Amino acid sequence: MIERGHHDMGGLPAGKVEPTEHDYAEWERRVDALRLLLSGIRGGKKLMTVDELRKNIEALPPDAYERMSYYERWVTSITQTMIQRGVITTEELGRKMEEIEKRDGSKI
Amino acid sequence: MKDSGNYQPYSYFQLMEVSLRELLVEKGIVTEAQVAAAVEDIRNITPERGARVVAKAWVDEGFKTRLLQDGTSACEELGLDIPALKLVVVENAPAVHNMIVCTLCSCYPRMLLGMPPEWYKSRNYRSRAVREPRAVLAEFGLHLSEKTRIRVHDSTADMRYLVLPMRPAGAEGWSEGRLAAIVTRDCMIGVAVPKLI
Amino acid sequence: MEARFKPGDAVRVRKVYPLGHIRTPFYIRGHSGVIERLCGSFGNPEELAQMRSGEPEQPLYRVRFRQKDVWPGYRGNAQDVLEVEIFQHWLE
Repeated sequence: MIERGHHDMGGLPAGKVEPTEHDYAEWERRVDALRLLLSGIRGGKKLMTVDELRKNIEALPPDAYERMSYYERWVTSITQTMIQRGVITTEELGRKMEEIEKRDGSKI
Repeated sequence: MKDSGNYQPYSYFQLMEVSLRELLVEKGIVTEAQVAAAVEDIRNITPERGARVVAKAWVDEGFKTRLLQDGTSACEELGLDIPALKLVVVENAPAVHNMIVCTLCSCYPRMLLGMPPEWYKSRNYRSRAVREPRAVLAEFGLHLSEKTRIRVHDSTADMRYLVLPMRPAGAEGWSEGRLAAIVTRDCMIGVAVPKLI
Repeated sequence: MEARFKPGDAVRVRKVYPLGHIRTPFYIRGHSGVIERLCGSFGNPEELAQMRSGEPEQPLYRVRFRQKDVWPGYRGNAQDVLEVEIFQHWLE
Protein backbone atom coordinates (compact mmCIF):
# COMPACT_ATOMS: atom_id res chain seq x y z
CA MET A 1 0.00 0.00 0.00
CA ILE A 2 1.40 3.33 -1.04
CA GLU A 3 0.58 5.12 2.22
CA ARG A 4 3.32 3.22 3.96
CA GLY A 5 6.78 3.21 2.44
CA HIS A 6 8.48 -0.16 2.23
CA HIS A 7 11.29 1.20 4.41
CA ASP A 8 8.84 2.42 7.09
CA MET A 9 8.78 -0.84 8.96
CA GLY A 10 8.56 0.06 12.65
CA GLY A 11 6.04 -2.20 14.39
CA LEU A 12 5.56 -4.70 11.58
CA PRO A 13 5.80 -8.37 12.43
CA ALA A 14 9.20 -9.85 11.73
CA GLY A 15 11.45 -12.70 12.70
CA LYS A 16 14.14 -13.32 15.27
CA VAL A 17 17.04 -10.88 15.26
CA GLU A 18 20.16 -12.76 14.20
CA PRO A 19 23.13 -10.99 15.78
CA THR A 20 25.09 -11.15 12.53
CA GLU A 21 28.27 -9.23 12.08
CA HIS A 22 29.69 -8.24 8.73
CA ASP A 23 33.27 -7.82 7.72
CA TYR A 24 33.18 -4.76 5.58
CA ALA A 25 34.75 -5.01 2.13
CA GLU A 26 36.98 -2.21 0.88
CA TRP A 27 34.46 -1.23 -1.79
CA GLU A 28 31.85 -0.77 0.93
CA ARG A 29 34.14 1.50 2.90
CA ARG A 30 34.76 3.45 -0.30
CA VAL A 31 31.01 3.91 -0.72
CA ASP A 32 30.82 5.24 2.82
CA ALA A 33 33.81 7.48 2.09
CA LEU A 34 32.14 8.88 -1.02
CA ARG A 35 29.01 9.57 0.95
CA LEU A 36 31.04 11.43 3.60
CA LEU A 37 32.91 13.51 1.06
CA LEU A 38 29.86 14.31 -1.08
CA SER A 39 28.04 15.40 2.08
CA GLY A 40 30.70 18.04 2.58
CA ILE A 41 32.50 16.24 5.40
CA ARG A 42 36.28 15.65 5.53
CA GLY A 43 36.96 18.41 3.04
CA GLY A 44 34.62 17.15 0.35
CA LYS A 45 32.48 19.37 -1.81
CA LYS A 46 28.91 19.25 -0.54
CA LEU A 47 26.88 17.91 -3.43
CA MET A 48 24.19 15.89 -1.69
CA THR A 49 22.25 15.61 1.51
CA VAL A 50 21.51 12.59 3.67
CA ASP A 51 17.86 13.30 2.84
CA GLU A 52 18.45 12.65 -0.85
CA LEU A 53 20.36 9.51 0.03
CA ARG A 54 17.41 8.27 2.05
CA LYS A 55 14.82 9.34 -0.49
CA ASN A 56 16.55 7.42 -3.26
CA ILE A 57 16.84 4.32 -1.08
CA GLU A 58 13.15 4.59 -0.24
CA ALA A 59 12.43 4.77 -3.97
CA LEU A 60 13.88 1.31 -4.59
CA PRO A 61 11.30 -1.30 -5.50
CA PRO A 62 10.46 -3.45 -2.46
CA ASP A 63 11.99 -6.64 -3.80
CA ALA A 64 15.20 -4.81 -4.73
CA TYR A 65 15.27 -3.19 -1.28
CA GLU A 66 15.10 -6.62 0.33
CA ARG A 67 17.57 -8.31 -2.01
CA MET A 68 20.23 -5.63 -2.01
CA SER A 69 22.74 -5.32 0.77
CA TYR A 70 23.08 -2.08 2.72
CA TYR A 71 25.97 -0.68 0.68
CA GLU A 72 24.47 -1.86 -2.57
CA ARG A 73 21.50 0.33 -1.70
CA TRP A 74 23.83 3.15 -0.80
CA VAL A 75 25.93 3.07 -3.95
CA THR A 76 22.77 2.95 -6.05
CA SER A 77 21.27 5.84 -4.14
CA ILE A 78 24.40 8.00 -4.26
CA THR A 79 24.70 7.40 -8.00
CA GLN A 80 21.03 8.25 -8.57
CA THR A 81 21.50 11.39 -6.53
CA MET A 82 24.47 12.47 -8.62
CA ILE A 83 22.41 11.94 -11.77
CA GLN A 84 19.49 13.89 -10.32
CA ARG A 85 21.84 16.67 -9.34
CA GLY A 86 23.38 16.78 -12.80
CA VAL A 87 26.85 16.01 -11.47
CA ILE A 88 27.03 13.04 -13.82
CA THR A 89 24.75 11.95 -16.62
CA THR A 90 23.36 8.52 -17.37
CA GLU A 91 25.38 8.54 -20.61
CA GLU A 92 28.62 9.29 -18.81
CA LEU A 93 27.93 6.55 -16.30
CA GLY A 94 27.15 4.03 -19.01
CA ARG A 95 30.32 4.86 -20.95
CA LYS A 96 32.43 4.64 -17.81
CA MET A 97 30.91 1.29 -16.84
CA GLU A 98 31.68 -0.09 -20.32
CA GLU A 99 35.21 1.27 -20.15
CA ILE A 100 35.86 -0.33 -16.78
CA GLU A 101 34.38 -3.63 -17.80
CA LYS A 102 36.77 -3.74 -20.74
CA ARG A 103 39.70 -2.55 -18.66
CA ASP A 104 39.32 -4.53 -15.45
CA GLY A 105 37.01 -7.27 -16.58
CA SER A 106 33.70 -7.93 -14.92
CA LYS A 107 30.76 -10.23 -15.02
CA ILE A 108 27.21 -9.08 -14.44
CA MET B 1 43.44 0.72 -5.27
CA LYS B 2 44.81 -1.08 -8.28
CA ASP B 3 45.03 -4.35 -10.00
CA SER B 4 47.26 -7.00 -8.52
CA GLY B 5 46.19 -9.25 -11.41
CA ASN B 6 44.39 -11.34 -8.87
CA TYR B 7 40.88 -9.95 -8.59
CA GLN B 8 37.33 -11.18 -8.43
CA PRO B 9 34.95 -10.14 -11.17
CA TYR B 10 33.00 -7.06 -10.17
CA SER B 11 29.41 -7.34 -9.13
CA TYR B 12 27.07 -4.83 -10.71
CA PHE B 13 27.30 -2.67 -7.61
CA GLN B 14 31.07 -2.86 -7.33
CA LEU B 15 31.23 -1.79 -10.98
CA MET B 16 28.97 1.11 -10.09
CA GLU B 17 31.22 2.15 -7.22
CA VAL B 18 34.34 2.15 -9.37
CA SER B 19 32.56 3.97 -12.19
CA LEU B 20 31.08 6.62 -9.93
CA ARG B 21 34.38 7.22 -8.17
CA GLU B 22 36.38 7.50 -11.37
CA LEU B 23 33.87 9.91 -12.88
CA LEU B 24 33.95 12.09 -9.77
CA VAL B 25 37.75 12.11 -9.80
CA GLU B 26 37.83 12.99 -13.52
CA LYS B 27 35.47 15.86 -12.85
CA GLY B 28 37.66 17.14 -10.05
CA ILE B 29 34.99 16.62 -7.41
CA VAL B 30 37.04 14.29 -5.27
CA THR B 31 40.57 12.99 -5.46
CA GLU B 32 41.66 9.40 -4.96
CA ALA B 33 43.75 10.66 -2.05
CA GLN B 34 40.69 12.14 -0.37
CA VAL B 35 38.79 8.90 -0.82
CA ALA B 36 41.69 6.89 0.54
CA ALA B 37 41.99 9.21 3.56
CA ALA B 38 38.28 9.00 4.26
CA VAL B 39 38.43 5.20 4.00
CA GLU B 40 41.24 5.16 6.58
CA ASP B 41 39.22 7.41 8.84
CA ILE B 42 36.28 5.05 8.56
CA ARG B 43 38.49 2.05 9.25
CA ASN B 44 39.94 3.71 12.31
CA ILE B 45 36.70 4.73 13.95
CA THR B 46 35.76 1.94 16.31
CA PRO B 47 33.43 1.69 19.30
CA GLU B 48 36.48 2.39 21.46
CA ARG B 49 35.72 6.09 20.94
CA GLY B 50 32.29 5.76 22.46
CA ALA B 51 33.69 3.60 25.25
CA ARG B 52 36.08 6.41 26.19
CA VAL B 53 33.16 8.78 26.55
CA VAL B 54 31.29 6.34 28.79
CA ALA B 55 34.33 5.66 30.97
CA LYS B 56 34.91 9.38 31.43
CA ALA B 57 31.28 9.87 32.43
CA TRP B 58 31.65 7.09 34.97
CA VAL B 59 34.60 8.73 36.72
CA ASP B 60 33.70 12.40 36.33
CA GLU B 61 30.25 13.54 37.51
CA GLY B 62 30.62 17.00 36.03
CA PHE B 63 31.46 15.55 32.62
CA LYS B 64 28.53 13.20 32.90
CA THR B 65 26.16 16.08 33.60
CA ARG B 66 27.46 17.97 30.60
CA LEU B 67 27.29 14.84 28.46
CA LEU B 68 23.64 14.31 29.28
CA GLN B 69 22.89 17.94 28.57
CA ASP B 70 24.80 18.35 25.30
CA GLY B 71 26.39 15.16 24.05
CA THR B 72 28.22 16.73 21.13
CA SER B 73 29.98 19.46 23.13
CA ALA B 74 31.00 17.01 25.84
CA CYS B 75 32.59 14.68 23.28
CA GLU B 76 34.42 17.59 21.73
CA GLU B 77 35.77 18.40 25.20
CA LEU B 78 37.53 15.03 25.04
CA GLY B 79 39.11 16.05 21.77
CA LEU B 80 36.95 13.74 19.71
CA ASP B 81 36.56 14.84 16.10
CA ILE B 82 32.89 14.20 15.39
CA PRO B 83 31.80 16.30 12.42
CA ALA B 84 28.08 16.59 11.88
CA LEU B 85 27.19 14.48 14.93
CA LYS B 86 24.33 15.83 17.04
CA LEU B 87 24.46 13.53 19.99
CA VAL B 88 21.87 12.75 22.64
CA VAL B 89 23.13 10.55 25.46
CA VAL B 90 20.56 8.60 27.43
CA GLU B 91 21.40 7.17 30.80
CA ASN B 92 20.58 3.74 32.17
CA ALA B 93 19.57 3.50 35.82
CA PRO B 94 18.69 0.65 38.15
CA ALA B 95 15.08 0.62 36.93
CA VAL B 96 15.50 2.21 33.48
CA HIS B 97 16.99 0.68 30.37
CA ASN B 98 17.56 2.52 27.09
CA MET B 99 17.62 0.99 23.63
CA ILE B 100 18.33 2.65 20.26
CA VAL B 101 16.91 1.86 16.84
CA CYS B 102 16.35 3.63 13.56
CA THR B 103 13.20 2.12 12.10
CA LEU B 104 13.30 4.16 8.90
CA CYS B 105 16.84 3.44 7.78
CA SER B 106 19.79 2.79 10.15
CA CYS B 107 20.88 6.09 11.63
CA TYR B 108 23.72 5.42 14.01
CA PRO B 109 26.36 7.53 15.80
CA ARG B 110 29.06 6.47 13.34
CA MET B 111 31.52 9.10 14.41
CA LEU B 112 31.56 7.50 17.86
CA LEU B 113 30.90 3.84 17.19
CA GLY B 114 32.09 3.21 13.63
CA MET B 115 30.03 1.28 11.13
CA PRO B 116 26.79 -0.23 12.44
CA PRO B 117 26.45 -4.00 12.81
CA GLU B 118 24.44 -5.91 10.25
CA TRP B 119 21.66 -6.79 12.69
CA TYR B 120 21.05 -3.13 13.55
CA LYS B 121 20.21 -2.51 9.89
CA SER B 122 18.07 -5.62 9.56
CA ARG B 123 14.34 -5.71 8.97
CA ASN B 124 13.82 -7.81 12.05
CA TYR B 125 15.51 -5.39 14.45
CA ARG B 126 14.08 -2.26 12.88
CA SER B 127 10.55 -3.66 12.89
CA ARG B 128 10.45 -5.25 16.33
CA ALA B 129 12.67 -3.11 18.58
CA VAL B 130 10.00 -0.40 18.87
CA ARG B 131 7.15 -2.80 19.48
CA GLU B 132 8.58 -5.63 21.56
CA PRO B 133 11.86 -4.43 23.02
CA ARG B 134 11.89 -7.00 25.81
CA ALA B 135 11.59 -9.90 23.39
CA VAL B 136 14.32 -8.48 21.17
CA LEU B 137 16.61 -7.91 24.15
CA ALA B 138 16.01 -11.48 25.27
CA GLU B 139 17.26 -12.64 21.86
CA PHE B 140 20.49 -10.81 22.68
CA GLY B 141 20.63 -12.63 25.98
CA LEU B 142 19.57 -9.59 28.00
CA HIS B 143 16.64 -10.41 30.24
CA LEU B 144 15.19 -7.41 32.02
CA SER B 145 12.82 -7.61 34.94
CA GLU B 146 9.23 -6.51 34.40
CA LYS B 147 9.95 -3.77 36.93
CA THR B 148 12.54 -2.20 34.64
CA ARG B 149 11.16 0.57 32.51
CA ILE B 150 12.37 0.46 28.92
CA ARG B 151 12.86 3.60 26.85
CA VAL B 152 13.19 2.87 23.14
CA HIS B 153 14.58 5.73 21.06
CA ASP B 154 13.72 5.83 17.36
CA SER B 155 16.39 7.89 15.69
CA THR B 156 14.15 9.47 13.07
CA ALA B 157 15.72 12.85 12.41
CA ASP B 158 18.90 14.80 13.09
CA MET B 159 19.90 13.49 16.50
CA ARG B 160 22.02 10.39 17.09
CA TYR B 161 21.95 8.40 20.28
CA LEU B 162 24.35 6.77 22.69
CA VAL B 163 23.33 4.77 25.71
CA LEU B 164 25.28 5.53 28.87
CA PRO B 165 25.18 2.15 30.60
CA MET B 166 25.41 1.74 34.35
CA ARG B 167 28.82 1.13 35.79
CA PRO B 168 28.78 -2.44 37.04
CA ALA B 169 29.32 -3.25 40.67
CA GLY B 170 32.86 -4.45 41.30
CA ALA B 171 34.42 -1.86 38.98
CA GLU B 172 35.10 0.68 41.71
CA GLY B 173 38.48 2.34 41.59
CA TRP B 174 39.24 1.17 38.06
CA SER B 175 41.16 3.41 35.69
CA GLU B 176 39.32 4.96 32.75
CA GLY B 177 41.18 2.66 30.38
CA ARG B 178 40.12 -0.43 32.26
CA LEU B 179 36.55 0.81 32.43
CA ALA B 180 36.44 1.63 28.71
CA ALA B 181 37.52 -1.93 27.91
CA ILE B 182 34.28 -3.36 29.33
CA VAL B 183 32.03 -0.96 27.43
CA THR B 184 31.13 -2.79 24.24
CA ARG B 185 29.37 -1.42 21.20
CA ASP B 186 26.26 -3.38 22.10
CA CYS B 187 26.14 -1.70 25.53
CA MET B 188 26.08 1.68 23.84
CA ILE B 189 23.27 0.67 21.49
CA GLY B 190 21.39 -0.77 24.44
CA VAL B 191 21.18 -4.47 23.65
CA ALA B 192 23.73 -5.44 26.27
CA VAL B 193 25.10 -4.24 29.59
CA PRO B 194 28.77 -4.07 30.63
CA LYS B 195 30.17 -7.17 32.27
CA LEU B 196 33.21 -7.37 34.45
CA ILE B 197 36.10 -9.13 32.77
CA MET C 1 10.33 29.53 12.86
CA GLU C 2 9.15 29.82 16.43
CA ALA C 3 8.93 26.79 18.71
CA ARG C 4 5.25 26.29 19.57
CA PHE C 5 5.78 23.60 22.20
CA LYS C 6 7.81 23.13 25.33
CA PRO C 7 8.79 20.10 27.41
CA GLY C 8 5.78 18.59 29.13
CA ASP C 9 3.25 19.76 26.54
CA ALA C 10 0.77 17.15 25.36
CA VAL C 11 0.85 16.75 21.58
CA ARG C 12 -0.69 14.56 18.95
CA VAL C 13 0.96 13.43 15.74
CA ARG C 14 -1.11 14.34 12.72
CA LYS C 15 -2.94 11.38 11.25
CA VAL C 16 -2.22 11.99 7.61
CA TYR C 17 -0.39 9.97 4.97
CA PRO C 18 1.01 12.23 2.29
CA LEU C 19 3.59 11.27 -0.32
CA GLY C 20 7.23 12.24 -0.47
CA HIS C 21 10.15 11.65 1.86
CA ILE C 22 8.87 11.70 5.42
CA ARG C 23 10.65 11.15 8.72
CA THR C 24 7.53 10.71 10.84
CA PRO C 25 7.10 6.95 11.04
CA PHE C 26 3.81 5.40 9.93
CA TYR C 27 3.34 3.65 13.28
CA ILE C 28 3.25 6.90 15.28
CA ARG C 29 0.78 8.89 13.23
CA GLY C 30 -2.36 9.81 15.12
CA HIS C 31 -0.80 9.00 18.49
CA SER C 32 -0.58 11.28 21.50
CA GLY C 33 2.47 11.90 23.61
CA VAL C 34 4.38 14.49 25.57
CA ILE C 35 7.25 16.75 24.50
CA GLU C 36 10.45 15.45 26.09
CA ARG C 37 12.70 18.21 24.72
CA LEU C 38 13.22 20.66 21.92
CA CYS C 39 16.23 19.41 19.97
CA GLY C 40 16.71 22.63 18.03
CA SER C 41 15.71 23.75 14.56
CA PHE C 42 16.80 21.89 11.47
CA GLY C 43 16.16 21.94 7.74
CA ASN C 44 12.95 20.23 6.69
CA PRO C 45 13.98 16.76 5.46
CA GLU C 46 10.89 16.56 3.24
CA GLU C 47 12.20 19.51 1.24
CA LEU C 48 15.92 18.70 1.47
CA ALA C 49 15.16 15.33 -0.07
CA GLN C 50 13.78 17.13 -3.12
CA MET C 51 16.96 19.17 -3.54
CA ARG C 52 15.35 22.25 -2.08
CA SER C 53 16.81 24.27 0.73
CA GLY C 54 14.65 22.94 3.56
CA GLU C 55 14.35 26.47 4.91
CA PRO C 56 13.06 27.93 7.08
CA GLU C 57 14.44 25.51 9.63
CA GLN C 58 11.75 23.78 11.64
CA PRO C 59 11.72 23.05 15.35
CA LEU C 60 12.41 19.37 16.03
CA TYR C 61 11.21 17.75 19.23
CA ARG C 62 11.69 14.43 20.97
CA VAL C 63 8.21 13.23 21.85
CA ARG C 64 7.61 10.54 24.44
CA PHE C 65 4.81 8.03 23.98
CA ARG C 66 3.67 5.27 26.31
CA GLN C 67 4.12 1.94 24.61
CA LYS C 68 0.75 0.74 25.83
CA ASP C 69 -0.86 3.70 24.06
CA VAL C 70 0.87 2.95 20.77
CA TRP C 71 0.56 -0.83 20.44
CA PRO C 72 -2.64 -2.75 21.07
CA GLY C 73 -1.95 -5.58 23.47
CA TYR C 74 1.50 -4.28 24.43
CA ARG C 75 3.01 -6.57 27.03
CA GLY C 76 5.58 -5.04 29.27
CA ASN C 77 5.93 -2.47 31.97
CA ALA C 78 3.10 0.10 31.83
CA GLN C 79 5.78 2.77 32.10
CA ASP C 80 7.68 1.61 28.99
CA VAL C 81 8.03 4.46 26.53
CA LEU C 82 8.96 5.13 22.92
CA GLU C 83 10.75 8.39 22.17
CA VAL C 84 10.67 9.68 18.62
CA GLU C 85 12.04 12.83 16.98
CA ILE C 86 9.22 14.67 15.27
CA PHE C 87 9.19 17.96 13.41
CA GLN C 88 6.85 20.68 14.59
CA HIS C 89 4.67 20.69 11.49
CA TRP C 90 3.69 17.10 12.26
CA LEU C 91 2.43 17.97 15.75
CA GLU C 92 -0.81 19.46 16.92
